[in-house]
Amino acid sequence: MSTKTANSESQKTRAGRPARLSLADWMPKIVMAPTVIMTLVCIYGYMIWTAVLSFTNSRMLPSYKFVGLDQYERLFNNDRWMVALTNLGVFGSLFIGICLFLGVMLAIFLDQKIRAEGAIRTIYLYPMAISFIVTGTAWKWLLNPTNGLEKLIIDMGFEDFKFDWLINPDMVVYCLVIAAVWQASGFVMALFLAGLRGVDGDLIKAAHLDGASTFTTYRRIILPSLKPVFFSALVILSHIAIKSFDLVQALTNGGPGYASELPANFMYTYTFTRSQIGMGSASAMVMLGCVLAILVPYLYSELRGERHE
Amino acid sequence: MSNIANKRQTSGVDKILRVALYTVLLIMAAVYLLPFIVMLITSLKDVEEIRTGTLLSLPASLHFDAWAKAWSGACTGNSCGGISPYFLNSFQIVIPAVLISTLLGAINGYVISLWKFRGSDLFFAALLVGCFIPFQVILLPMARTLGLLGIANTTTGLVFVHVVYGVAFTTLFFRNFYQSIPSELVKAARLDGAGFFTIFYRIILPISTPIIVVTIIWQFTQIWNDFLFGVAFSGFDTQPVTVALNNLVNTSFGGKEYNVDMAAAIIAALPTLAVYVFAGKYFVRGLTAGAVKG
Repeated sequence: MSTKTANSESQKTRAGRPARLSLADWMPKIVMAPTVIMTLVCIYGYMIWTAVLSFTNSRMLPSYKFVGLDQYERLFNNDRWMVALTNLGVFGSLFIGICLFLGVMLAIFLDQKIRAEGAIRTIYLYPMAISFIVTGTAWKWLLNPTNGLEKLIIDMGFEDFKFDWLINPDMVVYCLVIAAVWQASGFVMALFLAGLRGVDGDLIKAAHLDGASTFTTYRRIILPSLKPVFFSALVILSHIAIKSFDLVQALTNGGPGYASELPANFMYTYTFTRSQIGMGSASAMVMLGCVLAILVPYLYSELRGERHE
Repeated sequence: MSNIANKRQTSGVDKILRVALYTVLLIMAAVYLLPFIVMLITSLKDVEEIRTGTLLSLPASLHFDAWAKAWSGACTGNSCGGISPYFLNSFQIVIPAVLISTLLGAINGYVISLWKFRGSDLFFAALLVGCFIPFQVILLPMARTLGLLGIANTTTGLVFVHVVYGVAFTTLFFRNFYQSIPSELVKAARLDGAGFFTIFYRIILPISTPIIVVTIIWQFTQIWNDFLFGVAFSGFDTQPVTVALNNLVNTSFGGKEYNVDMAAAIIAALPTLAVYVFAGKYFVRGLTAGAVKG
């Protein structure tokens, strides 16, 4: 719609002043050209390139001998990949769930005319400014069984306390959850706090006048109106989860063994250090599929909403 | 009516609730602060104190040896010059990458909001997808391309990569900001004979300061904290500080020196933390700008 009106307008003016406007007409396209080329080549082109590689038998060097879906078949028969995929499921759902819960809770608590709100908010959000590598390094130290939290609790008098998740293959994925929640939950809090501040004050007043308690007002009126914020947070958090790479690298290095690897680590290892470019590409395409499965419905509803406004 | 509400606020139950509220908020604040405090304490201890003490036991006296070693003496896998060279590498990557991607984003946003042409909206949608793709999908082709261009393992290569994949976000920021500028403003200026760049330079840029600050801070944080591109595309002497830190922590010859690890981690985090402390408002605005539209 909008492009059409813009076009007819430029045609109108072109009739008036032809020579000058032809350059002005081209200028927007010329300055956009570098970005358009970069996007078409380095995002869409490369995506297709990786897709093509995932159907070939490439190992150390890309080859273009097509083998159909063989790489995907090998991938899903690969124990290490299945561990990474399962880890993503566990890590992703816990990370998203806990972040949303903590974020909503802290946002509501902070919205009660709290003294020093600014300072508290700053403290909740600072981990978001830090690299996942730093977060991983810090939590690696905190969670290490010999000198970390375990020793702290034992020295406090609980002598049977045991906390060895970091070196326990069955529990190590929960260490990732702890560190990631620490880093990202403040961000969810900030999102919801901004949302809460945007809720129509008259609506809340009306509810209070009708005798609704604070709890009921939140449950029935305020939180339902924050649905868009909820979906944004959900999309961003799942996106962070699927792309998680550096946190694993710094906190556990994928170990013990490969017990705490996520798909991003699998992809990196197979593509760059194990010379399995075909299978690495296939794993990257599966990751892309996961992101698109979440993103497309979200963007679709966003764009539809915009048109209605 | 408001009297009743006021009375309700000061009743005994509400007082207890408020105390509970503050308690929860302060406990959570302590939880968020704890890792950083532990890092700081640990970095100021010597190795013996770390072995005998607990996470929260304070050092008997302040030792800055770990900081000195982390800065200029610790081994990061391939050299033993500390993380200072890599700290400088990060700046050499971040500064040009932030400036170029912000400038491109400003011009793109200007075109997409105020100089629409056939397909510009479609292109914006396509670009938006670029904000969200998992970078694993472009990693290998980009590695081949950098090799072909002869800029593999160089700072130039890393700047290029960060610009390419940062432009989507910077364009989004500027586009959303310029969306509220009435197009009549541009039309009027065009009738007065002002051209594409004159309007951008004289009218649009002067009102763009807030979004420029938000974008620069966002890009600075993103690129400084990047690890994936750093580890995939850098050479031994062009590694950013995140990669060096990871090497330092994960390669241990002999005894593990947690105090050095912690000091190095704090050093690597300092620039973005400083930005957050001094310009937190803009940082938060950048974080929420991508998420909450408008």
